[in-house]
Amino acid sequence: MTADKQDSDNHTSQRREMTGAEMVIQALIDQGVTDIFGYPGGAVLPIYDELHQQDKINHVLVRHEQGAGHAAEGYARSTGKVGVMLVTSGPGATNAVTPLQDALMDSIPLVCISGQVPTTLIGSDAFQECDTIGITRPCTKHNWLVKDVNDLARVLHEAFHVARTGRPGPVLVDVPKDVQFATGFYTPPETAPRTSYRPKVEGDIEAIKQAVALMATAKRPVIYSGGGVINSGPQASHLLRELVELTNFPITSTLMGLGAYPASGKNWLGMLGMHGTYEANMTMHDCDVMVCIGARFDDRITGRLNGFSPNSKKIHIDIDPSSINKAVRVDVPVIGDVARVLEDMVRLWRASSEKPEKKAMGEWWAQIDKWRSRKSLSYTRNKDVIMPQYALERLYELTKDRDTFITTEVGQHQMWAAQFYGFEKPNRWMTSGGLGTMGYGLPAALGVQIAHPNSLVIDIAGDASVQMTMQEMSAAVQYEAPIKIFILNNQYMGMVRQWQQLLHGNRLSHSYTEALPDFVKLAEAYGGHGIRCEKPDQLDDAIQEMIDVKKPVLFDCRVANLANCFPMIPSGKAHNEMLLPDEATDEAVANAIDAKGRQLV
Amino acid sequence: MNAQNLASGSAYFIAKETELPITTVLSVLVDNEPGVLARVIGLFSGRGYNIESLTVSETEHEQHLSRITIVTRGTPHVLDQIRHQLERIVPVHRVVDLSVRADELGNEKPIQRELALVKVAGLGENRNEALRLADAFHAKVADATTEHFIFEITGKGSKIDQFIAIMKPLGLVEICRTGVAAMNRGPLGM
Repeated sequence: MTADKQDSDNHTSQRREMTGAEMVIQALIDQGVTDIFGYPGGAVLPIYDELHQQDKINHVLVRHEQGAGHAAEGYARSTGKVGVMLVTSGPGATNAVTPLQDALMDSIPLVCISGQVPTTLIGSDAFQECDTIGITRPCTKHNWLVKDVNDLARVLHEAFHVARTGRPGPVLVDVPKDVQFATGFYTPPETAPRTSYRPKVEGDIEAIKQAVALMATAKRPVIYSGGGVINSGPQASHLLRELVELTNFPITSTLMGLGAYPASGKNWLGMLGMHGTYEANMTMHDCDVMVCIGARFDDRITGRLNGFSPNSKKIHIDIDPSSINKAVRVDVPVIGDVARVLEDMVRLWRASSEKPEKKAMGEWWAQIDKWRSRKSLSYTRNKDVIMPQYALERLYELTKDRDTFITTEVGQHQMWAAQFYGFEKPNRWMTSGGLGTMGYGLPAALGVQIAHPNSLVIDIAGDASVQMTMQEMSAAVQYEAPIKIFILNNQYMGMVRQWQQLLHGNRLSHSYTEALPDFVKLAEAYGGHGIRCEKPDQLDDAIQEMIDVKKPVLFDCRVANLANCFPMIPSGKAHNEMLLPDEATDEAVANAIDAKGRQLV
Repeated sequence: MNAQNLASGSAYFIAKETELPITTVLSVLVDNEPGVLARVIGLFSGRGYNIESLTVSETEHEQHLSRITIVTRGTPHVLDQIRHQLERIVPVHRVVDLSVRADELGNEKPIQRELALVKVAGLGENRNEALRLADAFHAKVADATTEHFIFEITGKGSKIDQFIAIMKPLGLVEICRTGVAAMNRGPLGM
């Protein structure tokens, strides 16, 4: 084989002449992309024509561009790779806005390539024209309009670089149709990125030393970790586990960070925040040293800011300098990539002889055990009606020993999933945290299943959310992606209703869905498999059937209609002012604490 | 349950701001590419920050760099956020809070200058008075007929405010101001 032949075979080569549409495909190949999600239209037809004539890139045809975006997000979140979506101009681009903002808020690396009307028609209100760059400017990390075909390859490579490095996020490249047709020179991925974009990944060692010294003085420490640990890669989760092991600090996590530390770990407190556990929130409130790792003090986490962990010194590790002191003032900021910083932290902790006082740590753990004994996630089982919590407990039991990925929609079911499904590994949990996008989970599950064809992928859904992107069932059937849509069906927008009950005098304005489809027939109409379960004693068999069927499944799990999600920090309250479920009363606690427990108290 | 007692039905926790706002001047060095100004001002409107004055022009042609000067107002905490948020924009090279920098250099304030064109029309004593005052303010006459002057005046914003106030009763017709250009004293660059 000659050198020339080799070059053309592996498609990475020096400057070569090709059309803009060919460049798009070549750039995707050179960036290591194997799967993309998209929907064709007039302004991207040249790219689709090229897609048709190659076999390196697998294109998944969705049914709505929003689905393409969430599928690419699920793909990215479950693999650590960049997700890619391809949409046409005008409505294609506007439909991409929701997933772009979703990815921005949850720091998911996403590249959106959009078609645009020819450069000569831009600004003329042409058919399917919109100001894509203007519309997506605030919902991307950066975006580009490519007007010269000779810039296209460079811009595409830069787009991937920006999406995946620093604090990851979505980017968009808008490619006019005439640029797709035009011929120019292709440039391979650059090694030197633009000078204005240089994210800081290495943490300042003096700051890390200060953090370690502060941690060593702690009497009541806590680690509060977030999605940044997942984004930083598997090594970050590994180091986090090591740090917890070394320090014996209790650890809680945000919604986005679940799985970084295993739910079965002995230092695990459960999720914190608005629907976090009693022990996690009380530990946060009463701690004296807080180590925040890759989280951003979101308002769903902190509760009332002036009541948030009032007596603690705070360490904050984050790759984004704008996250430091944004909501909560911290004492020791460390700017850098979580894995790099944790590596130094673990090394320094090992080397240092300063360690927290044993007695104080013992008392702190005793206090935490007391909070744990309140069992804030307790609920009353029912023989006739499936409690949503019970459904998730059973789902967990029957799927935990498999290679399982979980996605969710947004609402009560999402919070219950976070509370009741135990995540042992990172990248196994895909949910819309920052934006709270109903309709995220079904297409995200599709994306995860495309990346992991042999794994069990379950979307824990609500009856309202799932209807927002239901059409992607059709895509799942087409690509034989056996996603399982586990719908906790209570016929309400449960979380909306819960807020109406708590804050709006129980006036349930438009939160009841008076007409729901027959989800079983709907599944069959799409060519999938439908299951309905109404009784607790039939649940295990039904879940097993769902797992065994090698088809996309809509599982209509009829649950108690009026169950609400607790614990809950209501509006304007602090961590120590939670609403607990009726089952976790003082009386229950008194009974729950046995003689050994009382000694600890 | 005690949630019914809550005054607000808001899903958010709104903390009262206790710090006092101050005015500052930011210098932002950016790649001169299409849309970069929209990114900067979009950030201000999108996040609810104030712009009191905005000046922008290419400053280094070969390197395609533009310098944007923004006068903004906020609490020290908000000003810090503005700086960090601006630094996240991909084509932004550097953001310097010139007021903070002046403080570090031991100066009271950065040098701030503005240019204004002020058109005044009138006859007789008003016309003479306008010209006399313009001279006192070191304003130049950029254009004139027997019925009007266009004065070109440069200086601190407050000087221009004062000049405009004085011209008002003398036949002020229109004003155009450039916004603030600013840099720090001493031999060092931004």
